Amino acid sequence: MDINTRDFPARARQALGDGALRRALATSNKSFRHSRDQAVAEIPEWQALRTYGQQAKKRAVDALPTALNAFRDRFTARGGQVHFAEDAADACARVRAILERHGARRIVKSKSMVTEEVRLNQDLENHGYEVIESDLGEYIVQLAEEAPSHILAPAIHKSRQDIAELLHRHLGTAPDADIPTMTRAARVALRQRFLDADVGISGGNFAVAETGTLVIVENEGNARLTTTLPKVHIALVGIEKVLPRRRDLAPLLRLLCRSATGQQLGSYISFIGGPRRSGESDGPEEVHVILLDGGRLDLWHDPKGREALHCIRCGACLNVCPVYERIGGHAYGWVYPGPIGSVITPRFVGLGEAKDLAHASSLCGRCDEVCPVKIPLHKLLLENRAQSVEQGHVDAGAGLVVGGFARLVGSPKLWRWALALARPLYRLLRRTPVTRWGALGAWQAGRTLPSLEGPSFRQRWRRRHARGGGR
Amino acid sequence: MAETTAPRPRRVALFITCLVDFLFPRVGEATLEVLHHFGVEVDFPEAQTCCGQPAFNAGHRPQARTAALHFLAVFEDAEVVVAPSASCVAMVVEHYAPLFDDHPPTAQRFAALAAKTFELSQFLTEVLGVESIPGRWDGSVAWHHSCHGLRGLGIAEGPQTLLRSIEGLELRPLPGAEVCCGFGGLFSVKFPRLSTDMLQEKIDAFEASGAECLSATDGSCLMHIGGGLERQGSAKTAQHWVEILASAIAQVPPRQDLTRQDRPRLESD
Repeated sequence: MDINTRDFPARARQALGDGALRRALATSNKSFRHSRDQAVAEIPEWQALRTYGQQAKKRAVDALPTALNAFRDRFTARGGQVHFAEDAADACARVRAILERHGARRIVKSKSMVTEEVRLNQDLENHGYEVIESDLGEYIVQLAEEAPSHILAPAIHKSRQDIAELLHRHLGTAPDADIPTMTRAARVALRQRFLDADVGISGGNFAVAETGTLVIVENEGNARLTTTLPKVHIALVGIEKVLPRRRDLAPLLRLLCRSATGQQLGSYISFIGGPRRSGESDGPEEVHVILLDGGRLDLWHDPKGREALHCIRCGACLNVCPVYERIGGHAYGWVYPGPIGSVITPRFVGLGEAKDLAHASSLCGRCDEVCPVKIPLHKLLLENRAQSVEQGHVDAGAGLVVGGFARLVGSPKLWRWALALARPLYRLLRRTPVTRWGALGAWQAGRTLPSLEGPSFRQRWRRRHARGGGR
Repeated sequence: MAETTAPRPRRVALFITCLVDFLFPRVGEATLEVLHHFGVEVDFPEAQTCCGQPAFNAGHRPQARTAALHFLAVFEDAEVVVAPSASCVAMVVEHYAPLFDDHPPTAQRFAALAAKTFELSQFLTEVLGVESIPGRWDGSVAWHHSCHGLRGLGIAEGPQTLLRSIEGLELRPLPGAEVCCGFGGLFSVKFPRLSTDMLQEKIDAFEASGAECLSATDGSCLMHIGGGLERQGSAKTAQHWVEILASAIAQVPPRQDLTRQDRPRLESD
């Protein structure tokens, strides 16, 4: 996906005014939240499970270098091939090298945010490959020539009617077809693509080092077809998905599925341990796992940011975020939206490139509350804000105000004088509702500033104690 | 009142917070009134300034550290620190010590400070063990959870229990009470439309609740919600919860053991 994070404020404003988008998001977010809350309520030990998940991911991420090598060794021993890709270009080049070696032309894909991150589809299409998305949501977004707007539900920004019109144009279904009809039509269209594909490309939810197993969770069965029908399977996985111990997998799967869709488990969970072995009747002849850095190692080296790598991409933080609910995923300008997106995007594309994202939050903390692995998202947003300032991404005006604040806040006398001076100024500005000047102007856009209730508390306290003879 | 083994603090240092000092001094007076009613003496260290949250939230940590160190100098010797704002207390409790994690002795002093700093409802219900408020207040109230109160400090039932105990007061459920009102400090200025859009959801829920008054622990949410109500010409109000407590207590005949000097008086405009 192209990086459009600089335009976040404008994109957010535009999305806020998009009534159809707002309606689609309000409905879907509410239903996601409801499903998740119900699924969580079924588990009395949910909080303990979250703590387990937090510790499991901490163990995994802290041991990342060893775990990555262990996964490579184990997966290789099972006949698979493991590659490390430094960045997007490297990842795409590695995919193309494999495709070229097999003379592949037609590629079928299952859902993968990492392939969005490295712009794999564009890269492959630019090199003449034919790529088709097989996850229904991704397929819809591909037909519409758009990008996914939610890490779990790519087409969530579209209404049923939008999709009906799209499939009418592309597949010839009735313009007002119902959901089962549309799903059936998409399935028929996709089935032949699976059979024709030379290579299947997927993502991955976990890469278990102990056993050399790639784990993929899905609901449509398309990932299973993608990874078994074509003779070559390539999985693109972020390095943070490596899990040293097999025993941590089951708790994390429970946390992931209940947080993501409110299911006990996804309908299909595939455990991929290398290519077809002799005597086996199906499965690909070659399996490649490409582990992507793409900025993750830098994040890993930052002790104040590393927890962001604990994310298991369930999307729960998006579904509770009042900001995401109002603007949707596209406004964020890159692959990962919502609270986790505002945490990791600036780390992957540059704090200067995405400096507004960390501010796209009222710091309400609902994301922290639902995160299945207890990532302190609001604290990581604050960390991004601080590092952004440290790197000098701050405008001169704000720097001046904050400098002044620091002078005042450490000096009680100056503080009192400043507050006394602020009173007449505040009264004046308050009486000028048309002002568009700075912070007060923005404030007055939808809110009336309170009037001053007579003297300040400080003055009242002094008067009371002067009268009482106390001081 | 609940039995406690720890001795009840007799003196607290009041951290008034910028918004209450500047915009809502009556909230400060109501705080004095309520604390006095429960036999607590209040110091007001006049050297206090701001907790530094605006700078901290904007990412300006050196300036936030300046504020934190000043706060420490002013309040470190207090037995207990109480403030009528969950947001400012959350700053002290949650963020001060980590700001100094490169200097463990200082971080430790901040951790000790955090352990004795309370938002007013926490102090009343958890430290003093207050379970009910005397007097009466006629009207219906919808409770809004401030984010820093609910998710930052874990304040949920305490203030509502006290409000519910007041004769004549009807506490009405507010749908989505736990959802942010959209203030968020800097957020409300940087993204005014997003902020007011979130505000509208809160106002709509409040209007639908049928309550006359919306109440909360934080002047910041109340300034935001109250400002929206006023702008829309609503007859409903947003009022800090301690003002309701103080109004109820004002109906109780004065206690004999309080001297005139100790009893707060409300100033008129």
